[in-house]
Amino acid sequence: MTVRFDKLGVVIAAIVAYAAFAAPFATFRANRIVPGEARSILEALPAATGSLLLAIVVVSAIIALLKTPLILRLAASVVALAALALLIGVAGSFLTPQGNTFARISPASGFWLLIFAFTLLLADVLTRLNLSPWARIGVLVVAAAAIGLLLVSGSWDSLSILKEYANRADSFWAEGSKHVTLALGSLAAAVISGLPLGILCHRVEKLRAGVLNVLNIIQTIPSIALFGLLIAPLGWVATHVPGAASLGIRGIGTAPAFVALFLYSLLPVVANTVIGLVGVPRAANDAARGMGMTERQRLFGVEFPLAFPVILTGIRIVLVQNIGLATIAALIGGGGFGVFVFQGVGQTAMDLVLLGAMPTVALAFAAAIVLDAVIEMTSIRRREAQPA
Amino acid sequence: MKEAGVKAWLPSLLRLALVVLLIAFVTNPGWFEPLLKPLTENNAPAIYNQGSLLTLTLLHLRTVLIATMAATIVAVALAILVTRPAGIEFLPLSRSLVNIGQTFPPVAVLALAVPAVGFGEKPTLIALFLYGLLPIFENALTGLTTLPANVVEAARGAGMTGWQRLVKVELPLSAPIILGGIRLSVVISLATATIGSTVAARTLGEVIIAGLLSNNLAFVLQGGLIVAALAVLIYDGLSAIERYTARRMGQETA
Repeated sequence: MTVRFDKLGVVIAAIVAYAAFAAPFATFRANRIVPGEARSILEALPAATGSLLLAIVVVSAIIALLKTPLILRLAASVVALAALALLIGVAGSFLTPQGNTFARISPASGFWLLIFAFTLLLADVLTRLNLSPWARIGVLVVAAAAIGLLLVSGSWDSLSILKEYANRADSFWAEGSKHVTLALGSLAAAVISGLPLGILCHRVEKLRAGVLNVLNIIQTIPSIALFGLLIAPLGWVATHVPGAASLGIRGIGTAPAFVALFLYSLLPVVANTVIGLVGVPRAANDAARGMGMTERQRLFGVEFPLAFPVILTGIRIVLVQNIGLATIAALIGGGGFGVFVFQGVGQTAMDLVLLGAMPTVALAFAAAIVLDAVIEMTSIRRREAQPA
Repeated sequence: MKEAGVKAWLPSLLRLALVVLLIAFVTNPGWFEPLLKPLTENNAPAIYNQGSLLTLTLLHLRTVLIATMAATIVAVALAILVTRPAGIEFLPLSRSLVNIGQTFPPVAVLALAVPAVGFGEKPTLIALFLYGLLPIFENALTGLTTLPANVVEAARGAGMTGWQRLVKVELPLSAPIILGGIRLSVVISLATATIGSTVAARTLGEVIIAGLLSNNLAFVLQGGLIVAALAVLIYDGLSAIERYTARRMGQETA
């Protein structure tokens, strides 16, 4: 029997070997801001548990290294990731001295590399399985539920990120809802005004180049500058237009952030609406016209459904981009998870940075997966509805 | 006829004017002080006074240039690797990784790079590099996987080795698409580099942030406009190069 190696497995096994035996698993700090001391897997966990984790990691890496059936690789990656997620919490309580509330335990580079390596394996398996859109959403829900369970059960409570969270639980959810409101609200506004604008640009060709050029130029203005530039006009509106201030329009804060995100969102929505409508096959339009459909019926009954997947792709770009950009709103007092990121950078408290960055990344990631799945579903339906 | 002539020349004239204006502004910002003065309050300075705009512009461009060059080399090399028979196994995975990578917000990448490399230019370079990789990789992949089959076959039939095919046929043919990726990546990097100033990198973001902190709109405007002008000009320049290479490729393969 010859042993055959998997090419990706070689990369994964190399990362795992380095991460498990040469890199620190957890960092111990006597308080929040002193430099940390590294702890390896065997130092960070009780002897039996530590050996168990090493065994799981090594066996999973060997499964990745050799050419093995997909289902085995799936199991190996899931088991390894679950063990890592559970045991980093155990390491947290094991390393914290009894009754000490100042000590901070955080995952170190070895832990993150192991997570990276096995996520790579999992991503490879999932890509090769070629899951259906619903199955992908299902995987996302299961993963989110598992992480939620770990958070609620308190098994991660001894880790430094959650200690930062415990100090700021109220503001975390307030900033979180502001973040989501900013990202989703500006998206909704952009769709409501971008769709008609896109349809107009498609119908009136003279407008098209002009509108798209202006929107393109807006994209080149750096986000922090655009956020800042809107402070003055909105401040003017707040003081001079009656009723504006009571609607929450103010120079600093959420209003300029909202408008800036809205302006950035317009280009992908308008451009994709135009591209989608241009791509509607002439035959479909002619047939609709031949059936005696009015202009309006044709738009809503034929063109729009056919262009929908392309428009949805624009919306996906906007949503992922907005979730990321909303972090910058914190610089102008607009709130959002960016508050923690910038506070953390200011205090060189990396756990605080992570507290802001992790939910942002998770939100953007989840939004991308869900919308990708929806796009695939709508384009499949389109293909079925349109027999070649 | 005359009207058409003016129309054809207008964009070039506008670009030329923008270049002249930009150079005049970064070398002699004092000339523009009266224009920006109305935006300041309490007699605050209208022109950034904690460093020279020219130096900051050059540092900004240098940061973007280094990051984009590194990103181009790595992204194109990776794209070549996963489209060769030896690396084809990595193709689906690399596609999904690129997809995942794009969901990481630049601010998060920047902030997370700080503990690893400290404050200053390095975290900015890392964030710009990672963020610049994705569009170039995606475009290079598209370029290399959508080559006309008959051309590749012809090259094989002419007895070219794999390396010759890559260098003489595949890369030149996909050059316009790869350039398109580089253009996207540069424009994103120009804007993202300003955020680098939140972690103490010396870029034009410094001017904008100083304006935000001291409530000085003139600073915010001048920093933002310089970056936007740079982005528009570089975007246009690279588009022109792209059209030129596309035309040349079109002629050679037609």
